Amino acid sequence: MSQEFIKVNHITKTYDGEKNILDDLSLTVHKGEVLVVIGPSGCGKSTFLRTLNGLEPIQSGEIRYRGELVDSKSKNITSLRQKIGMVFQSYELFPHKTILQNVMLSPTLVQKRDKKEVEKEAIELLRRVGLEDKKDSYPRQLSGGQKQRVAIVRALAMHPEVLLFDEVTAALDPEMVREVLDVILDLAEQGSTMVIVTHEMDFAKAVANRIIFMDGGHIVESGKPLEFFEAPKTERAKRFLNTFTYETVRKIS
Amino acid sequence: MDFVVLKEYLPLFAKAMILTLKIGWMGIAFAILIGLFSAMIKHLGVPFLRYVVSVYIELFRNTPLLVQLFFLYFGLPKIGIDIDAEFCGVLGLALLGGAYMAEAFRSGFEAIEPIQMESALSLGMNHFQAMGHVILPQAVSISTPAFVANIIFLLKETSVFSAISLMDLMFTAKDLIGSYYKTTESLALLVIFYLVILLPVSIVGSIVERRVRYASFGD
Repeated sequence: MSQEFIKVNHITKTYDGEKNILDDLSLTVHKGEVLVVIGPSGCGKSTFLRTLNGLEPIQSGEIRYRGELVDSKSKNITSLRQKIGMVFQSYELFPHKTILQNVMLSPTLVQKRDKKEVEKEAIELLRRVGLEDKKDSYPRQLSGGQKQRVAIVRALAMHPEVLLFDEVTAALDPEMVREVLDVILDLAEQGSTMVIVTHEMDFAKAVANRIIFMDGGHIVESGKPLEFFEAPKTERAKRFLNTFTYETVRKIS
Repeated sequence: MDFVVLKEYLPLFAKAMILTLKIGWMGIAFAILIGLFSAMIKHLGVPFLRYVVSVYIELFRNTPLLVQLFFLYFGLPKIGIDIDAEFCGVLGLALLGGAYMAEAFRSGFEAIEPIQMESALSLGMNHFQAMGHVILPQAVSISTPAFVANIIFLLKETSVFSAISLMDLMFTAKDLIGSYYKTTESLALLVIFYLVILLPVSIVGSIVERRVRYASFGD
């Protein structure tokens, strides 16, 4: 087995002590693995993703990244977050900065890397996603799909070891979904380690090494994509997958 | 209108304008600092201090500057703190303006979605870097219209300084009217001098507003 990157150990999260958003969750992500988390709305999959880089505090259990404890209050959290990139559903580019400035800000400010070198790399990354000509534009001048590709580039410019994707196509028009997913597929081919939360089942099937199906804060089922989509073991997963297929309408004459 | 009198009074008003500008801008500079600081305390929810700031803001927004100045000028010496009129004017304006500026900046902070902060943090920034490079520039640009309006309001408020015998524009006008009964000339000069101070602020302000408007980056 290859190196363990993320190790989640029996984590629990509650809001106001009411119901468990995350309920005794454990899993391991290895180097080079693409883990796709799916499940119905409100099942805790986004919350789970946000715990992995310490944006969301947990009540019990622990998360370790290559042995280091992920704790939103500890001092090492900023250095951990540089290794764990994240892309949000709503892009969250910085509206007061140009595309190039968005990409260059953290590498120069946080990692104190050479400006010239960072700029060269940023432009090269933008070229790879087909947005080199937008480098001096502002986020509001871009379409949703373009913004999301910039957000991915911005995360990549930090040279992360793992990437977290939180429903990155959920806010996009259907014709823009593809351009974003192609970038992620490309990253998968290069062996990037990724944890992806998505509603795009065909994409999940194509990109994943392993599928995690969550419901009610639990991992209900996990398995290889082919096995999971063709022959889900649990009743709950079967019902969930059925919501994505439609029977052909037969008109009653 | 007696133009000879106008010419004669001009240097007196010019001198008064310098005083008005000096106290006005010093007070405003401190008001901006106090306002920014107070808004950050409220936005970040600093324990205890946020209540102190809330009391301060409500106290100074809901009492007239004239009353505040009387308190500072006549009240403080009674408890052994002697301050001169100019310092008193700067302090009064700074405290009043700070309360207004705090509200302007706070609305700027509140207009930014918390997820912008998370986005900055997830790129490895600490809270300080995220505040300085991501949140603050946006908050300031959103609050610019209110900020400019506050500056104009505060410069006009300096006209009550005459009550604590500071020889500002208002004082000079009242003095000349009282001594020589040249009412029309004095008032004409008073209006002109206030316009000389405030019109440029208004014009520059609206240019700045347009340039830093948050929603139009890239236009």
